[in-house]
This record gives sequence, C-alpha cells and structure tokens, in this order.
Amino acid sequence: MSEVRVGVFVCHCGTNIGGFLDVPELVKYALSLPNVAFTQENKYTCSETGLSEIKKAILEIQLNRIVVASCTPRTHEPLFRSACKEAGLNPFLFQFVNIRDQCSWVHMHDKEAATKKAKDLIRMGVANAVLLEPLEELKIDVNPKAVVIGGGISGMTSAISLANRGFEVRLIEKSEKLGGTLNNLYKLYPTQIDASNLVTAKIGEIEKNSRIKVLTSSQVLDVDGFVGNYTVKIKQNNKVQNYDAGVIIVATGADVYKPSDLYSYDGERVITQLELEKALKRGEVKAQRIIMIQCAGARTKERPYCSKVCCPTALKNALLIKEKNDDSQLYILYRDMVTPGTEFEDLYGKAREAGINFIKYSPEKEPIVENESLKVYDELLGEELTLPYDLVVLSTPMVARSDSKELAQKLKVPVDEHGFYLEAHVKLRPVDFATDGIFVCGCAHWPSNVDESIFQAYGASSRASIPMSVGYVTTEPLIPVVDEEKCTGCGLCEMNCPFKAIKIEKKEKGRKANVIAASCKGCGTCGAGCPQKAITMKHFTDDQIIAQVRALAEVTS
Amino acid sequence: MTAYNFEPEILGFLCNWCSYAGADLAGVSRIQYPTNIRIIRVMCSARVDPTFILEAFIQGIDGVMVLGCHLGTCHYLTGNYNTERRMKTAKKVIKKVGLDAERLFVDWVSAAEGERFATFVKKFTDKIRNLGPLGKETAFDNETLKSRLVAAKEALAQDKIRWLVGRERELVEEKNVFGEKVTQEEFDKLMHQTIEKEFAKRRILLSIDKNALSVKEIAQKLGIPTNVVLKNVMALESDGLISVIGIDGNTPKYQITRV
Repeated sequence: MSEVRVGVFVCHCGTNIGGFLDVPELVKYALSLPNVAFTQENKYTCSETGLSEIKKAILEIQLNRIVVASCTPRTHEPLFRSACKEAGLNPFLFQFVNIRDQCSWVHMHDKEAATKKAKDLIRMGVANAVLLEPLEELKIDVNPKAVVIGGGISGMTSAISLANRGFEVRLIEKSEKLGGTLNNLYKLYPTQIDASNLVTAKIGEIEKNSRIKVLTSSQVLDVDGFVGNYTVKIKQNNKVQNYDAGVIIVATGADVYKPSDLYSYDGERVITQLELEKALKRGEVKAQRIIMIQCAGARTKERPYCSKVCCPTALKNALLIKEKNDDSQLYILYRDMVTPGTEFEDLYGKAREAGINFIKYSPEKEPIVENESLKVYDELLGEELTLPYDLVVLSTPMVARSDSKELAQKLKVPVDEHGFYLEAHVKLRPVDFATDGIFVCGCAHWPSNVDESIFQAYGASSRASIPMSVGYVTTEPLIPVVDEEKCTGCGLCEMNCPFKAIKIEKKEKGRKANVIAASCKGCGTCGAGCPQKAITMKHFTDDQIIAQVRALAEVTS
Repeated sequence: MTAYNFEPEILGFLCNWCSYAGADLAGVSRIQYPTNIRIIRVMCSARVDPTFILEAFIQGIDGVMVLGCHLGTCHYLTGNYNTERRMKTAKKVIKKVGLDAERLFVDWVSAAEGERFATFVKKFTDKIRNLGPLGKETAFDNETLKSRLVAAKEALAQDKIRWLVGRERELVEEKNVFGEKVTQEEFDKLMHQTIEKEFAKRRILLSIDKNALSVKEIAQKLGIPTNVVLKNVMALESDGLISVIGIDGNTPKYQITRV
C-alpha cells in the first residue's frame, strides 16, 4: 500500500468551536501526529470554500485520508464523504471527529481542558483514519413489484399510485372488502362528501387497473428478505402463498378506542363518535339533546397524545345534526379545541354561528355523566353546570391496531410506545422505515384524517417507487467478513443477527457462516460475539477500535 | 473542577442512533458536563466486544461507559440485549481481575435524552474520581494488575466464555437441543466457573510465556493452589497449548508451545 497521508481540517464553526477551543493550537498539534501530512483551519469546513479546500488538498498534495474535526457525523458525514468522492478519494477513507456537539458546546467554561480533550479526540480520529480501508458500495437488484398491506384509503391510494407508475401491486386486505375505516364513516370534513362515494371511486379505479391484484380476507403470515427481494407469505382463507416483492407499504390503519369504563359508556345512550358516525349513516339519530365530550380517553397517562381528528369530526357531526334538526341542542365539552388551518378553523366558526355550545372543562374536573344529566365544571364561567341529555358522544382517540406489534416483528420494523409504526426519521424520512424498502402511511403511522392519509399514501408510494424505477439499490458496505479458516460454523452469529443477514451454509470447507450483504445493517453484533473471532466488521474493525483506545491512552503533549 | 486532585480518564462507547445522538443533543442544548470523557462511536452498542473494555483498562483508562438505545428500541431491534449480556459478563471478569466492577458503566440513552446523558457522565466521573486511579482498590502493583488484565482480555477473546455468553438467552429462556432449560442461577454458576477456569488458564499461559516453569513455580508466582494449577496445566497440555521443554530433577518444566 502506498504511504498513508492524512489531512486534518479543523473547523471553527464560526465561534461555536473557535470561541471555546484553541483551534490554532489543535491544528499545530494535529500536524505533529504520525502520518499527518497536512492540516488546515477553516471558518466553516462545510462551506463551499471549506469543501473545495479539502478537494484541492486531496488532488494537490495527494492526501489519502481526510479527517474533519468539527460537528457531528450524524449530520455532516455524507457531505464530507461526497467531497472526498468528488476529488477521487474513496468516501470511506474519511474520518469524522466531533469537537463541537461533544466538546466545545459541553465544556464552554474550561478552554484548556476542552482543548486537551479535542487533541485526544483528533489523535484518536487520526489513529482510526490511518487504518481505514477503501470500500465499495453494494449494488442489489430490485424486483419491481410491491405488496401493500391494508386496503383502507391509504392502502388503496398507494396501490393505485404505484400501479399508475407501471408497477405490479398486491393489495392485501384483512376483511372481506376494501375500504377500511371509511366503510364506517358518513361524511368527510371539511367538504362533507360521502365517505362511501370516495370508497366506491377508489375501488372502481382498482378494478379497472390490471396491475393491481386484490387479496381480501388475507393476512400476512411472515416476511422474509430485504430491500428489492422480499417474500411475503400470505394466507387467504385457508390457502397459503408466497409473493415476491421489491418493496412493501404498510397501510394497516388504526382502531378507534372503545371505552369499557369511561363516562358511563354503554353503547346506547353514551356512545363513541365512531358509533355516532355509523348511526348518522343509517339515519338513526333522533336525539334532541346531545353532548359531545372531547379528549375522552385521550391526552391521559395511558394515551398522552392528541388524536387530532376528533375535534374536526365532532364539529362536522354536530353541524350535520344541527342542519337536519335545527331544534336540537348541542354541547361540545372540550379541553382545547384543535382546529389547525383555515378550513378546520372555519368549521369551528360555523359551529359557533349555528348555535352549538362550547364548554371548556379541565382534566382535573372531568365531566360526570349521570342517568339523566351531565355535570360539568365550566372553566370559563367558573361554575358547575347540569345539562340534561338524550345522547352523550365520546370523542375517543385512535389507537394502534391490536396486532401492530405482531406485524412489526414480522417486518422487522419498530413501533412507538403507543404501538403506532415508527418512521426512520420524523423530518428526513417521514414515510420510510429504517429497514430499507418498507414504507408506512396513514393511520398505521399516526392518527391522520383522510386527506393526510392520502398525502402520506402518495408520499409512501413515491418513495417506494424510487428503488423500483432505478432497478437497484446501493447499501453501505459496513458488513461482516468471515474468515472461513477460523469459522467453525457454530451458528451463534445466525442466532444473534437481528436481520437474518448471516446464515450457516454448507461450503467447500464445511459448514460456514455466510453473509447476506443486502440484509445486513452493519450493527456488528455478530463480530463482537463470535467465539472464534472469525468475523471482521468492515469500517468498524477490531483493529480500528483498539487503535482509538490505544491512541487515547497516549499522553497528550 | 480543580477541587479534585485526581482527574480520571474516561472512555465512552456510544451507539450511532441513540446514545451518540443523545450526546449530540446534550451539546445542542449546551448542557455542561465534565471534560474527562472521550467518545468512540460505534453503529450499535452490540459492536462493543468485551475485549475492548479490557483493552481500555490495560491501557490505563480509569472508567468505561457503554451506552446504547433503551431496551426494545434498538435501531437494530435486539442488538442491545446482546450488549446487556456481554457487559454483564465483562463486569464479572473485571471483578475477577480484582477491580471494582463499577468501573464499567452500562446503561441506555435515547436520542432525545441529552440531559440523561450528561447526568450519567457527571455521576460516573464523580464515581471514578472517588474510586481513584485504576487499581487503587486492589493490592496489586501496576505490573501484576496489567498482567491480570491481559489474562482477562485473553480469556474473553477465547471461545469458551464467548460461546456461553452467546447462548445465554437460548439456554435460559428457551430449551437447548436436548430439550433442557437451565435456570438463571444455574447459568450464572456455570458462567462463574467458566470465567474462573479460563482466567486461571490464561494467567498460567502468560506466566510461562518467556520462561519455562514447573507447576509448583507457577503456583507460587500466581498465588493459585498447586492442585488447581496442575489441573489446568494438564488441560493446556492436552490442548497442545503448552509442552514440557525440560525436566529439572523429577519436575517437568512447561512453556508455551511455539508453532
């Protein structure tokens, strides 16, 4: 191998680093380290100027390792890696040293000690950089077929969107018919269109589209594989079949919380908002005096979140009742009315104009539902009111499907503390899972109304179509390499791998661990547990980590 | 901060997705904590091989923190359960060496818990300040401590302990291939015996790395009962790791087999 020439770029980050660490001293120190051929300080290494300095140094002084001491790899590693790549240096020969988030910002009152720490961190980074190896990204072919799990509005929209892009889709629905929660809804706010019209229109589109195959009364038994090459085992009635797909969209929706012991709920005189919807749809609402209680079982200790669709739904239903029967008396008891945006706020305004009464209650003094009347402490009036009623409607929140965790385990994707599916990143990858090739939309993800669900479905199908359109995906090559001389085929790695990415297979030299690079996420648990130490984790090798430990122990000058 | 006359060196292994992000958040939130800690980023806390911990102590680091995602929220689903089991064993080995096992701190920090991270660092730094420099809690001189640590690291690098750690969940929670299930207590006992044996073996090997010694001499040098040394020497010899290279009177002398 040719001589290792490390370049160290120390960033001031304006005053974020420069204001608290002695940057010139760090630069001087870095130059004294073995293998360091070049150092430079930058006002902002991530700026266009900073990046071009890196590229210039790679080309002009033949640097073959780049160390940037600045912020955090979690935000800036891709940027610096691509700068290296543009200058012809393998991006995996780049090393980050975090001297801002984990140094200057947390030791703002001890410049000397913080500078000493930064020196140690740079020394450790350089020691690691010297041992870095060039790596090539892995390319995996993608099967241009999709499986969409859930035939509600999100699933149907995703399926149509994917099929319109030319991809074959299997749409899996648990019940006997498509439509999901919409089948139980009457009219949709804010435009008051019939939910059934929307469902009929979507089903019509699906039936016309030969690329979509619908499987009703079906459930997912198992999921195997990785991005581009999933196999979904589906049971339809009693028939079990495997379907291959490159991508999977999870659109399994949510349930509406059905209380057992809340505000004297009985399903007759005290019902949920969803049950009111069903009754409205059948034209069965005769009650004159109706009281709706918002946040019923929501924003509590067990369910601390706002389900966000309940306020507009209550407003919509109250208005529908009032339109039909102007004599009806309607009360909405609320903690906070949540009506973001112009349209929902407008709905609130209309409800006020229509004479619907709003009473603010606090969770400390919850309304009490008695046989004939309801007692509520009005926070704004500061007194208790007794309201006779014919019907009490509880606006209960959406909750995750009872089987969401089970499906999540099959898909190897996470759910949050409430059982809703958890995206890879709330802002950067809002409809992706951390597991590549699996996407989420609609209420499976979080309580959403119909238009949000449709947005998300378009988002998820658009994201899902990227790997299928390109035809392949690349993954980071942070994968294990097995030394077959050492491997005894004991199977511990296979047992402990969370992604089924390493399997014992019969090979020329006997039973050996085989790495399925496309499934591997690079955690390294196989390597750290291998009894024979036969596994090397690329980019996080034992040697590299030990080199950092040893570099730390060296005395700072 | 200068109120302390001993400032420990602390190493942290942090996982990319949770604890490292939590440490970044502490920075973004400008939460101040002691400067003693240096961090090595790994993708998952399950990347931390127990031998890394021992290496840090061999290098004279006074305390090591391993922080991962909370159990159940690991970016790699079950990675940190492996971390938990491996670090539990590492602690036992550290104790065997003679060090206070609390020099290794293992806990969980989410990406949203900057404050929790900073608190852990503060508390751990204080703990190590109070414990004093590495080995202060032992009666060993530096050289002895180091050779014990090297033996411990090598014991952790061998298949016996690693295999057992890797099988813990299966053995305790499921059944093995013979349909047997062991209790946690039985498992811990087995682990304890294995550590004891492997540690003794590695110490014996180290003691005859340079000079050939008799069983009695090894026992004297290491302070291990002669019968225990004899048992281990026989085992090492049958594994071909050591061999008799000479006889002094009636006493065979052993040395590491050179390939």
